[in-house]
Amino acid sequence: MRHSFIAQNPSVLWFLLALSLFTLGVTVLSEAAGVAVISTSFVKTLGKTLCLCLIAVAMDVVWGYCGILSLGHFAFFGLGGYAIGMWLMYARTEAIVLDALAQQPLPPTPQEVSDAIGNQIFGVVGSSEFPWIWAFADTLYLQLLMIVVIPGLLALVFGWLAFRSRVTGVYLSILTQAMTLALSLYLFQNDSGLRGNNGLSGLQNIPGYEDTSQAVISIVFLWASALALGAGYVFFAWVVSGKMGSVIKGIRDNEARVRFLGYRVESYKLFIFTITAIVSAIAGALYYPQAGIINPGEIAPIASIYLAVWVAIGGRGRLYGAVIGAAFVSLLSSWFTGGGAPAVPLGFYTIQWTDWWLVLLGLSFVAVTLFFPKGIGGLFDYLVRKP
Amino acid sequence: MMNTLLEVSGVSVTFDGFRAINNLSIQFAEAELRAIIGPNGAGKTTFMDIVTGKTKPDEGRVIWGERNISLLGLSESDIAIQGIGRKFQKPTVFEAQTVRQNLAMALKNPRSPFAVLMHKRTQANAARIDAIAEQIGLLDSLTRIAGELSHGQKQWLEIGMLLAQEPRLLLIDEPAAGMTAEEREKTTDILREAARTRAVVVVEHDMEFVRRLGCKVTVLHEGAVLAEGSLDSVTANQKVIDVYLGREHA
Ligand SMILES: Nc1ncnc2c1ncn2[C@@H]1O[C@H](COP(=O)(O)OP(=O)(O)O)[C@@H](O)[C@H]1O
Ligand SMILES: [Mg+2]
Repeated sequence: MRHSFIAQNPSVLWFLLALSLFTLGVTVLSEAAGVAVISTSFVKTLGKTLCLCLIAVAMDVVWGYCGILSLGHFAFFGLGGYAIGMWLMYARTEAIVLDALAQQPLPPTPQEVSDAIGNQIFGVVGSSEFPWIWAFADTLYLQLLMIVVIPGLLALVFGWLAFRSRVTGVYLSILTQAMTLALSLYLFQNDSGLRGNNGLSGLQNIPGYEDTSQAVISIVFLWASALALGAGYVFFAWVVSGKMGSVIKGIRDNEARVRFLGYRVESYKLFIFTITAIVSAIAGALYYPQAGIINPGEIAPIASIYLAVWVAIGGRGRLYGAVIGAAFVSLLSSWFTGGGAPAVPLGFYTIQWTDWWLVLLGLSFVAVTLFFPKGIGGLFDYLVRKP
Repeated sequence: MMNTLLEVSGVSVTFDGFRAINNLSIQFAEAELRAIIGPNGAGKTTFMDIVTGKTKPDEGRVIWGERNISLLGLSESDIAIQGIGRKFQKPTVFEAQTVRQNLAMALKNPRSPFAVLMHKRTQANAARIDAIAEQIGLLDSLTRIAGELSHGQKQWLEIGMLLAQEPRLLLIDEPAAGMTAEEREKTTDILREAARTRAVVVVEHDMEFVRRLGCKVTVLHEGAVLAEGSLDSVTANQKVIDVYLGREHA
């Protein structure tokens, strides 16, 4: 019944069309195409924005559709980033080390190679030992698997514990904040095995593609991000359009009633929580190679709160609303905080947007919550009136 | 006497020292229509909460079906899967969704997340939904958003959702509250029809409504059974008269 799914959700086609046009447009205007209307660093910003849109879509499903206000989904995003970052850093350091050791008269033993890589990576935290969590870092496909396995398991265990004891509402939100805070604090420690507050860096250099320019790499990641966003969007649109959508919206609106219909509410919540966590992790794994660096600050509780703000401003309970919110607010945010916005002189005081942007964002959030509960996406209701 | 479907025996519940249900014993047979009446606070809703797993009793037994399963250890959803459907005092339908979606969600089908995710619309299901919608008089409203329905229609939709679950026992809490005389009449018809193939237990205040149901009546008072029998016999019962009149003159 794929046919009826698309027929019932024309917005999915419109979205895919818009996404394709956007990606193509950016590509032909990029440095890689020789035009350079859009700088490579801005291509990366746009590619990262697509990843943020993807996690926002996941957030919308878990919050807007299922009613679970998770304030911890950026933890999964960050874990996805760390997982891919481990391979990127390992493989690149290995290449450098092998290069350096090749000058020596005697060929290096595997132990020497391993020690040298360990020294390079963990020297900053005063260690050269490989922690056990790096066990798979030398094998790309295993580490790719870790992108979904680790965050998926964390979500499964956390969700199972929380939902089973029927923690709901604001208590659940606080619990998810505690989870992301705990993870972030743990990663800040030097002996966490992930280089403490240094995090993982140099992630923009893709091992094996040292000779490929960043201009080209940025376009490849733009496409990969667009593909992931498109696939994630279609997948979630399918999930929420059918009977599953009915049940999770029912859980959002009246959880007890759904129970009396014979649905095990906890299983549904766990299912939605876990698949959205996995998609968030995939988004993170595409984001951080474009950002170049990941550190524990990325998993700070505030990041997940921003995510909720994007979705609220974009319009919750509609997937394109989440995309609009994430794109709009995150791009605006980098414009304001990056010094792009001109300061406003008031005579007695000058508004510097780098300081005042958060205030503006907070006020917008309050205004949207109070006056436009449907968010920016709600504007489409005026354009497309259903007969 | 037909087989016992549900047997509640010696059940007590205390809320903050107040005994809402006091050593209550009550039984229902397969395919029986039963009215439960009693003054406000008699424990009628709490009785339903116990049977459906919302409230755990302090003591007593709740035994279900021919295999004598104890319902006390089961969750709300598992009790529903066992075949007990419940209508709440306030109409609770999913207001953001259409009448069809409400009924489709209730329709007896596999309930696991995976089965629901892979669920496909079928002719058979559509026909069942149509039949139920016809029965509750909402056939023309299948595509309407449930939140737009009138109060009476919401009550019927909720009854329709119960029928869609195909339960063996239906617990219905004050279905006629807020209904017009005409709507009440229709509601009794729906309930009588439903009780031909399953047990239906109706809590109601309105004596006229109960009279129209024309079934055995149980009077609850202070969390226990005060009297049981035909409507005429219980209304002639001196203890029942005292309770009702006593309340009214208090
Ligand atoms: N969750 C609860 N906490 C405290 N008291 C309750 C609770 N539920 C019901 N009660 C009390 O138990 C008594 C029976 O309530 P209920 O079953 O709703 O009566 P009925 O439906 O017959 O009007 C009332 O006195 C009510 O105040
Ligand atoms: Mg009541």
